[in-house]
Amino acid sequence: MATVYVDGQSYQMNADENLLHGCLSAGLNLPYFCWHPALGSVGACRQCAVTQFKDEHDTHGKLVMACMTPAAEGTRIAIQDPETVAFRAAIIEGLMLNHPHDCPVCDEGGECHLQDMTVMTGHDYRRYEFDKRTFHNQNLGPLVNHEMNRCIQCYRCVRYYRDYAGGRDLNAFALRNTVFFGRQADGVLENEFSGNLVEVCPTGVFTDKTLKRHYTRKWDQQFAPSICGQCGLGCNTDVGEHAGTVRRILNRYNHDVNGYFLCDRGRFGYEFTNSPHRIREPLLKGQMVSADKARRHLRDLLASGTAIGIGSPRASLESNFALRTLVGPNRFYSGMSDTDAKLVALMIDVLRHGPMRTPTLHEVEACDAVLVLGEDVTNVAPRLALALRQSVRQQPIEIAKTLKIPLWMDHGVRDAIQDKKGPLYIATPYATRLDEIATATFHAAPDDIARLGFAVAHALDPQAPSLGDVPLASEIARALKHAKKPLVIAGPSCYSEAIIQAAANVAMAVGAQLMVTAPECNTMGTSLMGANPLSAAFQAVKDGNADTLIILENDLYRRAPRADVDALLNATAHVIVLDHLVNSMSGKAELVLPAGTFAESDGTYISSEGRAQRFFQVFVPSSDIQASWRWLTQPSWHSLDDVLAAMATALPQLARAREAAPSATFRMAGAKVPRSSHRASGRTAVLANINVSEPKPPDDPDSPLSFSMEGASNHPPGALIPFMWSPGWNSIQATNTYQKEIGGPLRGGDPGVRMVEPSPSNGQSYFSGIPSVFEPREGEWLLVPMYYIFGSDELSCSAPGIAELATTPHVAVNAGDLMDGEEVEVRCADGMFRLPVRIRTDLPRGMAGLPAGVLPLAGCGLPAWSTIVRIT
Amino acid sequence: MTSPYPMLSVLGIFLGALTIAAWLIWLERRLLALWQDRYGPNRVGPFGLLQVVADGIKIFMKEDWVPPFADKPVFILAPAIIVVTVLMSFAVLPVAPGILISDLNIGLLFVLALSSLGVYSVVLAGWSSNNKYALLGGMRAAAQMISYEVFMGLSLMGVVLLAGSFSLPTIVEAQRDLWFVIPQFLGFVLFLIAGLAETRRTPFDLPEAESELVAGYHSEYSGMKFGMFFVGEYLGVTLISAMITVLFFGGWLGPVLPPIVWFLLKTFFFIALFILLRGALPRPRFDQLMSWGWKVMLPLALVNLVVTGAVVLAWR
Amino acid sequence: MLSILQSIWHVFLHTFQKRVTVQYPEEKPYLAPRYRGRIILSRDPDGGERCVACYLCAVACPVSCIALQATEDEHGRRYPEFFRINFSRCIYCGYCEEACPTYAIQLTPDFEMGEFHRQNLVYEKEDLLINGPGKYPGYNYWRVAGVQIGGKNKGQAEHEVAPVDIHSLLP
Repeated sequence: MATVYVDGQSYQMNADENLLHGCLSAGLNLPYFCWHPALGSVGACRQCAVTQFKDEHDTHGKLVMACMTPAAEGTRIAIQDPETVAFRAAIIEGLMLNHPHDCPVCDEGGECHLQDMTVMTGHDYRRYEFDKRTFHNQNLGPLVNHEMNRCIQCYRCVRYYRDYAGGRDLNAFALRNTVFFGRQADGVLENEFSGNLVEVCPTGVFTDKTLKRHYTRKWDQQFAPSICGQCGLGCNTDVGEHAGTVRRILNRYNHDVNGYFLCDRGRFGYEFTNSPHRIREPLLKGQMVSADKARRHLRDLLASGTAIGIGSPRASLESNFALRTLVGPNRFYSGMSDTDAKLVALMIDVLRHGPMRTPTLHEVEACDAVLVLGEDVTNVAPRLALALRQSVRQQPIEIAKTLKIPLWMDHGVRDAIQDKKGPLYIATPYATRLDEIATATFHAAPDDIARLGFAVAHALDPQAPSLGDVPLASEIARALKHAKKPLVIAGPSCYSEAIIQAAANVAMAVGAQLMVTAPECNTMGTSLMGANPLSAAFQAVKDGNADTLIILENDLYRRAPRADVDALLNATAHVIVLDHLVNSMSGKAELVLPAGTFAESDGTYISSEGRAQRFFQVFVPSSDIQASWRWLTQPSWHSLDDVLAAMATALPQLARAREAAPSATFRMAGAKVPRSSHRASGRTAVLANINVSEPKPPDDPDSPLSFSMEGASNHPPGALIPFMWSPGWNSIQATNTYQKEIGGPLRGGDPGVRMVEPSPSNGQSYFSGIPSVFEPREGEWLLVPMYYIFGSDELSCSAPGIAELATTPHVAVNAGDLMDGEEVEVRCADGMFRLPVRIRTDLPRGMAGLPAGVLPLAGCGLPAWSTIVRIT
Repeated sequence: MTSPYPMLSVLGIFLGALTIAAWLIWLERRLLALWQDRYGPNRVGPFGLLQVVADGIKIFMKEDWVPPFADKPVFILAPAIIVVTVLMSFAVLPVAPGILISDLNIGLLFVLALSSLGVYSVVLAGWSSNNKYALLGGMRAAAQMISYEVFMGLSLMGVVLLAGSFSLPTIVEAQRDLWFVIPQFLGFVLFLIAGLAETRRTPFDLPEAESELVAGYHSEYSGMKFGMFFVGEYLGVTLISAMITVLFFGGWLGPVLPPIVWFLLKTFFFIALFILLRGALPRPRFDQLMSWGWKVMLPLALVNLVVTGAVVLAWR
Repeated sequence: MLSILQSIWHVFLHTFQKRVTVQYPEEKPYLAPRYRGRIILSRDPDGGERCVACYLCAVACPVSCIALQATEDEHGRRYPEFFRINFSRCIYCGYCEEACPTYAIQLTPDFEMGEFHRQNLVYEKEDLLINGPGKYPGYNYWRVAGVQIGGKNKGQAEHEVAPVDIHSLLP
């Protein structure tokens, strides 16, 4: 900590940081554009100018850029010096010369960093009378909108897109005042994290195209803190709603988890909640019925017969627990396929009983050597891939340290390290997006990937079980051994227990952290809850032990072969389905109940890190949609807190899930936290077409948030931040004011409770089930799942923007005697499919890929041997 | 002196007093408007006369609400007291020869006694409302009315000395030659001021000073219970005006016109004066009000009594 | 004491002065063109809707009586899908007109809006839209805005140069 004097006042600032960082951390308002806490300083925009004085006798001082000046001990600066104030006003006037007269029709208006900074600087009158330069816009795909006229050339977009996220197709073109940021030609932005441009861009050049389709200003949206349900990482989001439709997702800063960035699936996949295929009213035998009647029918069915329940890894802990309580623990079945359930149980077992800790996403960024076993990280756990792109900078950054370049000096650091990368080894069945930054890659069958892992473990610790020589193993072992913070990443993507065991062996051998991925948002939670295997449910119905089947938010056609699910549904007398969207399950159910998504319900997910995090209801729908745990409620449960209390009693291993967020009784200054901003408009008109007397805002018994603009106006604790806002900071940059220190943890701590911690003293021994080498078979292909960020996830595929980019059913094979685009018949144990061929030269010979999670292929048990027959 | 048809008198005075009180609301609004260069209510009925009827219907239709925190029996009783006490005072008021309910030989004392009882209404209303503003209003009313009552009684003793009786018809008859306002001018002024204070009219409406106490002792009242306070106030105005007429301006006495007309004319004159005072004068501070009462008015009333007594003694 | 009597006298003298009340509806008062009465939505000189659905009127409204939903035509011109004013809540403060960046929303000298049913005081866009530019005859927002709409490409607005050719190497 250094003492820095600003306008005569002394402040304690982080000496390893720059003055802008320090001033903002101290709560001072200093305008800036090109600096971003995650991107560092380049000193391009000149907006954060301050006067620096030599000592206390110096009254004249000199102009410096706060973002380019270290916060050294005893530094004296002035923000309010009249000359500097005038300088900053002149800078913004210059930046605004060509800025169009667009704010009324600009989606950024009202949450625009440029607007905020213009107001902060005091530039209020345009003196420029000449013609403005213009640009043609580009079509950047269905997710991000481009309006280049508004650009102020801060370079944040390309610095984020290229330097931080590793994209290649966005760049700066042309020169002087005509510098253009875009692609070489129109086309979809290739990077999976392009949505963050919306938040990184200080003005309206890059805006959310999904929001544009149903545009509402930020101040009119009703927000609630939420957890992304599009993969297992549990990124924190804020969900904005207006007049009964979800309008967009914003990043909610969580230092430990997602930091400043989300992936495109998480940011844009929300639109399924507004889908025309939403189940909005209960359906009894296909007829719309009242909620009361549906509830009565459910009660009658439960009273008359034997009911079993199938849970879901994409439903909240509370919903799964409600179903478990309703049918009884013995008749509650896991919503995961047996393979999945076994793999996830193994992962949790390894993490709980082994010595290796699972790192937070933020800790992954600090790891300096990484081994990925079997995971296509970009497509399975996208935000983790962005973290890995930072981790490969950890070793080269030592170069900058030895050159005494401060780490926030972004250009200096990048010049010093050039394109050097730290060790990242990726072993997957097929090429992944991260291969481009990998030190070495290894594309092989799942068994061979596991063998590589076992070999690395043996090379690190001779005590670990040994096998023959495997290429790369000793190189990887060396890299991990020399790293300060080694990391191993594995998961269930290849459906291979051996890979997870191998990863555990490596982590144990070198004392590395072990990060696992989870396919769905609550995979970990449902696994920790424990349930009978899914196949037992099938058996119970077959044996006639159940006449009523309750299926919670789960499309079983994605979990088991079509024939088996058909048989199950036909054999059960009464099928009750709770889900969000119409699917082939809901069509066959006797009773369909409209289950609330993350936007219409409260609940808790446990992420792949083992972090229990709460998501809160965003709005009260006008239809009968409600949380599944409300449909399946017990008479004694009146609110979420009752469910959590009951769960803590019944399942002690999940008791701490209650601490994921403050309970509903929490108050700030005696008031609830408002979901809407104090500027929310239209309250007395938005429903006036229905009835001129406006209704009372709904009560929320489940959370300390209120469905209105009324409530405490100070910053709530991290788990309850509905939207980022501070006086003068209307854009997402207001995140700065919620942190203890810029880029650090949130004030009051980062939300979430880690439920899975290692037990180092347990003395876990090495796994020894080394599989044998993969042998290709003549005339047969080993089908492996191939993951797609757009397509492999169930719900996001119903979002129009994502659906446009989603992959279609196909079979991928290496070049052989099959032609690209040709229709073939794929036969495996679980069915026969007619699919077009895609040639993937990165697939090892003897293997074929099926897109994971894409119906109708999703139910097939993989990996499986198949024959591929050309249709003649 | 009393009426040959007592029940007719009772009914006549009762209804007359209530009607006058009701129309006083209209009259006050019209007169205040006149002095403020406006029209006042002029839409309902001829000259807006039916405004009172409309308001009456409205106030009867209003929800009869008792706050849950109020002392219910007392809360309900309070507005009744004020109307009852003021109406009872009318029993001894000689309107004209033959129009008098009861010729009590202590009529004047009876009126003073009932006016003292009236203070209970206000204090109880303020107390039972269980509201700080109402309580403050009630306290102020008690202090103000007790203080001003003292010299109100004393200011009239000169009249009693001159007439040699407490009976109101006798006092009127004693003014056949000379209205008492001339020998008792000081007494008249003192009684006028005390009367204003007793009826809590502007400028002495501190118990309900809306700029500081919301509505004082009747903050929590609504509907017809509030209407009772309202009617009580206007009945009070009528009573005090009638008393001034009777005690200082010769009551029904006058040439040419029938006695009742003279009585009514004189009474309306003083009612109009009351309204004019409301239209013209600001409200004093409460401590000013109290010190005026005790330090100025009470000594003056005593001086008036002593001088009158001395003169009467000397005259005899 | 004397001043008290004086003020009573002065007030009394008002008995003989002229009354200032205007007896509406028999007498109609003069309403200035800038009088703040019934709200309307105006049109461009070329007949298009002026409102660009920017939500500024809604947020400026102190009683929150304006609600709208933005939408766009196929050429990118933004307009309100619905625009609703609940006149039973409106206080005719004129903040919406002050906030409007396109002169679309204007207050007019008409205040006779009484209704027997409150529901009839809810005005939709069809009720609000007039066939003219109102108080600002010449103004067309889209002529000065930088975005592209049907009939106006990039570089064709007022004070704009032709779009940059990003592939050009000329300085």
